[in-house]
Amino acid sequence: MFAFSETLQRRFAALRSTADFWSLRHVRETTERYWVRRNVARAPSFSDDAGAMLSVRVAGVEAYAATSDLSQAGLQAALDKAERLARQLAGRNLLDLHELPVPHEQADDVMPGYQRALASPAHWYELLAAESARVPRDERLVDWYAGLTFTATEQIYLNNVGARLRRAQHYVFPQLGVTASDGADSQSRSFGGTHLARQGGAEVIDELGVVGTASRIADEALQLLLAPNTPSGQRDLLLMPDQMILQIHESIGHPLELDRILGDERNFAGTSFIRQEDFGRYQYGSSLLNVTFDPTVSGELASYRHDDDGTPAQREYLIREGILQRPLGGALSQWRSGLDGVANSRACSWNRPTLDRMANLNVEPGTKRLEQLVGGIERGILMSNNRSWSIDDARNKFQFGCEWGRLIENGELKGVVKNPNYRGISAQFWRNLKAVGDASTFEVLGTPYCGKGEPNQVIRVGHATPACVFADVDVFGGAA
Amino acid sequence: MNARQHFEALLAHLNAGLQAGEGFTLEYQAEASDFIRFNHARVRQAGQVQQVYAILALYQGERHGDFELALSGVIDDDLPRLDQALQRLRGVLPTLADDPYLRLNREAWRSETAAGEAVQHSEAAITQIVEAAAGLDLVGFYAAGPQYQGFASSWGAFGWHAASSFNFEFSLFHENGQAVKSNYAGEQWDAQAFARKLAFAREQLEHLGKPAHELKPGAYRAYLTPAALEELFGLFAWGFSAEALATGGSPLQRLFAGSASLSDKVTLDERIEGGLAPAFTREGPRQPLRLVSQGKAGERLVSSRSAAEHGLIANGAGSGEYPFSLHLHGGELEEGEILQRLGTGLYIGNLWYANFSDLPAGRLTGMTRFATFWVEDGRIQAPVDTMRFDDSLFDFLGPNLEALTREPELLLPSGTYGARQTGSMALPGALLSRFTLTL
Repeated sequence: MFAFSETLQRRFAALRSTADFWSLRHVRETTERYWVRRNVARAPSFSDDAGAMLSVRVAGVEAYAATSDLSQAGLQAALDKAERLARQLAGRNLLDLHELPVPHEQADDVMPGYQRALASPAHWYELLAAESARVPRDERLVDWYAGLTFTATEQIYLNNVGARLRRAQHYVFPQLGVTASDGADSQSRSFGGTHLARQGGAEVIDELGVVGTASRIADEALQLLLAPNTPSGQRDLLLMPDQMILQIHESIGHPLELDRILGDERNFAGTSFIRQEDFGRYQYGSSLLNVTFDPTVSGELASYRHDDDGTPAQREYLIREGILQRPLGGALSQWRSGLDGVANSRACSWNRPTLDRMANLNVEPGTKRLEQLVGGIERGILMSNNRSWSIDDARNKFQFGCEWGRLIENGELKGVVKNPNYRGISAQFWRNLKAVGDASTFEVLGTPYCGKGEPNQVIRVGHATPACVFADVDVFGGAA
Repeated sequence: MNARQHFEALLAHLNAGLQAGEGFTLEYQAEASDFIRFNHARVRQAGQVQQVYAILALYQGERHGDFELALSGVIDDDLPRLDQALQRLRGVLPTLADDPYLRLNREAWRSETAAGEAVQHSEAAITQIVEAAAGLDLVGFYAAGPQYQGFASSWGAFGWHAASSFNFEFSLFHENGQAVKSNYAGEQWDAQAFARKLAFAREQLEHLGKPAHELKPGAYRAYLTPAALEELFGLFAWGFSAEALATGGSPLQRLFAGSASLSDKVTLDERIEGGLAPAFTREGPRQPLRLVSQGKAGERLVSSRSAAEHGLIANGAGSGEYPFSLHLHGGELEEGEILQRLGTGLYIGNLWYANFSDLPAGRLTGMTRFATFWVEDGRIQAPVDTMRFDDSLFDFLGPNLEALTREPELLLPSGTYGARQTGSMALPGALLSRFTLTL
């Protein structure tokens, strides 16, 4: 662990610059991927990515240069490039960062169990082949897969005022899916789609219950193929956690990113229907809605002690009893706006700069068991497992689709329906939150694929949530 | 670093160390990029990224594995890292099962292109952008620099692609929140060409100052610009994948099954020339393909793996079976007649965040974004607030496709996930008799 740290610190100490401030963020990420499709093992793929970003501040102007050449000469060349660029930009910069505070802390953040070695590729192929073989023989089952991705990340942040922040984490991303087709229609079921990933080692596979799932989702794919389309109309909507996380991500997470509100993302990811003056007073949802930024949840993808700019991370309420409290804004955005935020300045790797990102963004549990949630619905629908998402650039008008739907009539779950879709407007949707599941319905989930930024970045974000019920939602099915 | 020499040195080292019964392929991707973000017509975030990645694939009989690694560009540092990757694969491969669908291209093919080695003068471009946009609310992203892609195998295949380009994608915002988006890309920044682009965007911005026209959900006549059409094609283009078509995952499965067709105005090719992408994949030289011919299904994108698994003939598609240079043939609509032929309806400058409402049925949803106008009697009346569409590609590219503009526009890629993207599309604009808005 941190095998390169001593060398890197020595090289960093030997760097020379006339900049006012400079820092280095080194990231090394190794990955192993194993995949079995239709009972045939695909070739394994391994990766080893490493590099460093040098950032400088000269007379209030910041610039960066990233390089995969980590030699003394390579780091010095990157530092020189960044300094030259910062000087070129004088007078054309948007922000004067003279007075933006810089971190001084020294700390190590090592995930428990980080040192435990992974089993061999043959072990994982055996597990995946066994799971793949649980898909029954049925000519309508045309495709199925089982995969595992293991990632290890080590990050070292250093700056010229003495900060040294090191972080070491493992992530596990299991994937299972089955597609049934009758030639004209196809229906797929998966194990959480791309929203079931955790921080941790091999134990995550047991915690998530990967083994034994393939036969269940195969059966559900066949049920969907025979099921009627979701009926159109207004219904109460029970969202299970594996769809709730998408709903949270798109219609709470992105609109609360402070850099969007400040306009940085207007050319690409978009803006927000939330304005700076809304914090502290805006009624985001019903009084049942409590949303936290929580980097302390064990196993959640974005649990950490400091963000990538070195700000200490702690749990904060973003929405409390329905009222908007604070944005997802890191130290720079807080300084620009004067708003209190959170430690969410993050970069996906060494070759991309930090931005305001979601990290762990969670809906806090309420008081109702799942049976009570269902029992409280007269005419509704349960939807589970996201498969389609689309939302406008202000993060307001959305349309989401799920893999699995079941009608609810008079407080009871009824038949399976296919192509369950719903649409709404963020600013109204959360105000129709009418029931929140208790801790027994609460799941820690997350996705490795949150896209944003110019240059583009994909980053891991965690979401933990109970099941929730929303009143009077516009639901509909697929084409006839 | 001389990327070509670096790549060839890695290749020579691997060839020299090859053991009996082994083969390898080596993919190479390097870039040195300037990345400049603008907000409020000033530089918001600026940097440079120099990166080199290689993917080594080792083959022992029917067993194989991949190792991707970041390289420094300094050969003496990189060779030991390459050796470590090789040793890891040598340790793992004997523990694997044979791959029954491995059909490696062992031909000694050769493909080399150097699409300009222009030095990018980013400082001059930044200066012009800031000065020309003074007084405007410009938000944008400038990416520029050389890119290199290589492929080689122990069987003698060799592909090399070098290009230098810039891409400036920008939006101008009106104080009412409406915006127009534009893009200026090419091999060498030209101050006058950029000034023309900016002036055109400025003209459109003036229309955006009018009070927004409120639309109700329903079906409207519409004109989709090439940029708007790009969002839709980008969503369903992977549907030409032979694997997706064979396993029920393609939105085009009804087209290829013959149970649905598109308008006979739709003829779509995957081309080799005219874009930024290399003329090869790890499967070998790419081939020109007619994917849709006058509305009927044509060829699919077939990798060697799909060919083996599904009894097809490989046609040079990469393992992802995604098109790199789509070209939709133009029609008979003249640029100058677009508004007149539209009459009353929507002029849609961009679509955004498309996804599927019902994938097997080819039904898509997404949002209007940037420069979308209400047109009456051939004249722009007012901007339209963001609206959601939900429609089937078998309708809007089927009976509801009234005309395509004569000249397809080359849309160069602006994506930078992991690396600057090289895929492109050449698309005309599309006049639709009916396009369904839902929210």
